[in-house]
Amino acid sequence: MSEVTALPNGWQLIVGLEVHVELATKTKMFSASANRFGDEPNTNIDPVTLGLPGALPVLNQHAIELAMRIGLALNCKVQPCTFHRKNYFYPDLPKAFQITQYDHPLNVDGHLMLPGDVCIGIERAHLEEDTGKSTHFGGSSGRIHGSDYSLIDFNRAGVPLVEIVSRPDIRTSEQARQYVAELRSILLAVGASDAKMEEGSMRCDVNVSVHKPGTPFGTRCEIKNVNSIRSVGRAIDYESRRQVDVIEGGGTIRQETRHWDDATGRTETLRTKEDADDYRYFLEPDLVPLVPDQSWIDAVRAALPKLPAARRQSLSELCGVDKDGESAFVVVERGQDDYVAAVVAAGGDPRRAVVYVQQAFAEQGATPKVPAKDLAALTILERDSKVTSTQAKTLLTDLIEAGGGDVAAMASKRGFEALDTSAVEAMVDAAIAAEPGAWQKYCNGEEKALGALVGAIMKSSKGKADGKVITALLQAKRP
Amino acid sequence: MAEKISKETVVKVSRLARLSLTTEETERMTAQLAGMLEHFRDIDALDLASVEPMTQPYPLKNVLRKDVELPSLDRDEVLGQAPSAESGRFRVPPTIGFDV
Repeated sequence: MSEVTALPNGWQLIVGLEVHVELATKTKMFSASANRFGDEPNTNIDPVTLGLPGALPVLNQHAIELAMRIGLALNCKVQPCTFHRKNYFYPDLPKAFQITQYDHPLNVDGHLMLPGDVCIGIERAHLEEDTGKSTHFGGSSGRIHGSDYSLIDFNRAGVPLVEIVSRPDIRTSEQARQYVAELRSILLAVGASDAKMEEGSMRCDVNVSVHKPGTPFGTRCEIKNVNSIRSVGRAIDYESRRQVDVIEGGGTIRQETRHWDDATGRTETLRTKEDADDYRYFLEPDLVPLVPDQSWIDAVRAALPKLPAARRQSLSELCGVDKDGESAFVVVERGQDDYVAAVVAAGGDPRRAVVYVQQAFAEQGATPKVPAKDLAALTILERDSKVTSTQAKTLLTDLIEAGGGDVAAMASKRGFEALDTSAVEAMVDAAIAAEPGAWQKYCNGEEKALGALVGAIMKSSKGKADGKVITALLQAKRP
Repeated sequence: MAEKISKETVVKVSRLARLSLTTEETERMTAQLAGMLEHFRDIDALDLASVEPMTQPYPLKNVLRKDVELPSLDRDEVLGQAPSAESGRFRVPPTIGFDV
């Protein structure tokens, strides 16, 4: 990943993240209409969603269990909890309040580990409901300021959310990206959410402040509209620089909410927090306490799958890849690590199995159609230099298109006959004789001359000689 | 609970609740709210150190429903009762100052 840009003059970045995730339930948090993205507007509505008089909320048991899975996966304490009303007037909440958890949330005091044993505290992971979706019309910006009117779709209103609040333990934008990526991976692994940032089922609010070590934390600004892992890093880099510039220019940072504009790469003031804590929270009188007993918690814990960090560790041990590297991360996040293990169990070359799956199986899901034994056969063909790595890539594409098959037969059908080492060696000797100038330069230590020799031999073999074999032979022959 | 409710507090709360009160109404409400808060003084006078805070008058917990979908209300019928609708959605005036 990209390098971390340090702040100037000894300033230290402090970041805390609030991540909202929509839970993968069939129905809403407090009512039985569908929780489904992409439906026609206002086709998943009911009296509770619309805040009609007399409608009463009832907790969705599955939502509670998914929230408990999140809490347990994040090493939280799962505790008895209550629900509150957060009162405010905004048309995407027809009740004029959001039901959320306030002083007694379901999950508290957890942590999440980042690569390099960096521990990020989790303050809480509480349940609440999503709002409806507003679209602003008129005006110039398409945003709320200056619009003429808004249209509201309540399909999303009442969809179960868990808000995961980190402690302000994050010190670099790179850590913030890692945190969001790891959290997303965990949410997918436990089946709590589809965690699609581009569809809004996972949303990040980023709290940024700066200070000099040894002094209290500075005033923080909250950044909204950060819709990708890359934007998390960019928004933090921009905002922390802005705060340092303001302070060093003699100004002060106001506590405010700022909007991230991905196109311009800047944050701008959305609203100041003068009215903070004017939500007049009070206990939701229509809901009784939620008290998960130990046997319920134990059952949810027992059903938790192996988590991504442990699975990356296993994959690393099996295949010799870096547990904190990209291939382990990607393969585990897609849930394809069991498949890689099956390829290895079928006699496949472990490292090639990981690389093939990472590079070519992005669309295959957790259970690729290609039988593990067929992919294993391909890794062995390449490992034993029966086909070149370029030919192996072509065969991999063939294999995926056909959904499996006899790889050796596919290779001969394509004319990918093996050139054994003695045949390649004859070509290498011929090339040395034909290109004495290049050979002399290579012998004199000019590594660049190697490329010309390898290219000439590959060409004369019509692509049937493996570049790695040629290179090894040339190196062996160099005096 | 020792302090009496002030007129400023009543003005602030009414603003948050989007109620517009006349000066006369504000004074009347202040007096009435002060009277209600008097009742809590009676509770303050009791020693409740050993009593668990109660969040609900009902002896109930874990009232849950299964995650089973039921049909939606009919959109046209619902939107037909709204003051304004457009393209299958509720149409509302622009809102300023709040974006959650």
